Amino acid sequence: MSDYVIQANGLSKAYRLGLKDAKNDTLGATLASWVKSPAKNYNRLRKLSRFDPTKDDEEDMFWALRDMSFSVAQGEILGIIGRNGAGKSTLLKILSKITDPTLGEIRIKGRVAALLEVGTGFNLELTGRENIFLNGTILGMTRKEVTKKFDEIVDFSGVEKFIDTPVKRYSSGMKVRLGFAVAAHLEPEILIIDEVLAVGDAEFQKKCLGKMQGISAVEGRTVLFVSHDMSAVGTLCNKCLLLERGRIDMVGETPMAIQKYTQNVSGSSIEDYHESTIRLQIEEVTPTQLVAKAFFKILENNLLDGVFHLRLYDGANFELMFYKEKDIRIYDNEYVEIKMDVSSFKAGYYSIQVKYAASTIDLSKRVVLASDFTPVMVDRDTFKYEKGSIAPPVQLINTTRNFQY
Amino acid sequence: MVQETVIKSYKGVKPINWKELKQYKDLLYFMVLRDITVIYKQTIMGFAWAIVNPIVSMVIFTFVFGKLARITSDGIPYPLFSFCALVPWTYFSNTMNASGTSLIQSSNLFTKVYFPRILIPLTPIFSKLADFGISFAILILFLIGYKATPTVEILALPLLMVLMIVTVAGIGFWLSALAIQYRDVKFAITFVTPLMMYAAPVVFPSSMILEKYGYHGYLLYGLYPMAGVIEGFRGALLPQKPIPWDLVGMGSISAVVLFASGWRYFRRTERFFADIA
Repeated sequence: MSDYVIQANGLSKAYRLGLKDAKNDTLGATLASWVKSPAKNYNRLRKLSRFDPTKDDEEDMFWALRDMSFSVAQGEILGIIGRNGAGKSTLLKILSKITDPTLGEIRIKGRVAALLEVGTGFNLELTGRENIFLNGTILGMTRKEVTKKFDEIVDFSGVEKFIDTPVKRYSSGMKVRLGFAVAAHLEPEILIIDEVLAVGDAEFQKKCLGKMQGISAVEGRTVLFVSHDMSAVGTLCNKCLLLERGRIDMVGETPMAIQKYTQNVSGSSIEDYHESTIRLQIEEVTPTQLVAKAFFKILENNLLDGVFHLRLYDGANFELMFYKEKDIRIYDNEYVEIKMDVSSFKAGYYSIQVKYAASTIDLSKRVVLASDFTPVMVDRDTFKYEKGSIAPPVQLINTTRNFQY
Repeated sequence: MVQETVIKSYKGVKPINWKELKQYKDLLYFMVLRDITVIYKQTIMGFAWAIVNPIVSMVIFTFVFGKLARITSDGIPYPLFSFCALVPWTYFSNTMNASGTSLIQSSNLFTKVYFPRILIPLTPIFSKLADFGISFAILILFLIGYKATPTVEILALPLLMVLMIVTVAGIGFWLSALAIQYRDVKFAITFVTPLMMYAAPVVFPSSMILEKYGYHGYLLYGLYPMAGVIEGFRGALLPQKPIPWDLVGMGSISAVVLFASGWRYFRRTERFFADIA
């Protein structure tokens, strides 16, 4: 028996992209297509899940993974890195049995637990205690296993006092801690972790890293760790798998993989940055609620799955709000809309930054909140106020921070 | 002994993994518990809502069909006649709705973590039994009020409940697997449900079918499993009526077909649920 725990052979996964319909230029053609649309919709929906892998030249097929082969030894902490759209999420979904590969196969020895999103399946109405049991069994534990680990889980999460409070009254940090605590106490042979460290405060992050190292070193379990945070990957992983556009770019020692990744990211910047443009528009819904709409103009069919960020900073560049949506595909002329509650904010200058990570575009905008909480919009390009502001912003600060994407 | 799993593309139906289902039976338990705990949270009336629907329907039906249209109820007081039908019917329609839309509702769950997907449409089948139990208790009070003493036929009740559950499970498998691919199903369910109620012997007795279409027509009608379930409930609980075993038998045939084919269709399509949800 060989000592690998995961062995992938020619793994490939295809998705279908929803392509746009041809536009009609006559009334007759429009009517005809309207009549025909149910049949057409039926074919389109049916095709989404049905593939002929031998015909990969179909124009709307998209290969998220192509011919991947690798193996992972027992006790290894393998980092999986790569840009957005490189295929990390798809690979994890196949490893965790959420979806099947289109071609190829993967052999896994032992139980796999995947933590693709912290607190999956939390029900906000249920208490912390009830959610530990629900979440634990969702992740594949039995009731007995959860009962045995219950005290440890509660202790690790640090929410003892609120264990019988509905989770909807928890702060977001508490929810994350509880979710991670449940997952960290699974006892799988293989643990898959996707970017959970992006959340939680520094102390908790340290605790999580320590826990993961313990799982691998002391208990001999295998950990697959996906992150964009190169410092976490660097401290945690002994080996890395670098993905690029659905293929394996390299497998090797972590420092080298990180170096290659950094090169990839900066090297390809010029061609990638031009693929899309983004426009940020701030609207007022109520005096205490703003809506930020990010419009996308996609010049080429760049339909990579990306991460969308929105951050709100105060005048001292201190981050007040962080909104993140993963794996979104944005089409031409679409927009993402985020509601922000600003009722608790003092009057003053704020900046809002949006970033769409697939093509690394970012943009920030100043917002002025007057003393009566009436938000005032200031357009970035023209410096024009749109509504009674109290003072003009002296200078627009682009608050782009360096975060790894 | 560490077990090896092979993940690859499957054509057709995967064999049932009993070991896995056994491992996840606790998950089913907690999902059912969650549904029951959460459903009436932050309401004033709480579980009383479980009986509002059948009782209001009974009052309306008694007035419209019993008093105005004077539909025969085989000599049974119309309120009792309709409530006997409404208890299983309410379970059936609520569960069909919940089970049919269950995959759409929990798409954020099964695209994030693996567990046997079949548990998702199965959950409401069990959790709605709580509502069923409450309305059944009210039905018992009704029987006492009308001084109707059930005969020994009441022993067939568990069997009728199994028929009811198997039917709705089969329909739930079919509808949930179809709805995740074609959202049309979600809209269709809301308008088909009342049609299905008028097709079932809720407001009229199945003896009317027998009179009008003869015995063969009556047997054919029995292929609608809820006909056997509803008339069976009346037969089991009301002394005036025997259980129509011919209807129940016909219903059992189609219930088994629905269940087996639904299970198969679900298992055949579940591999791409996460890709299209």
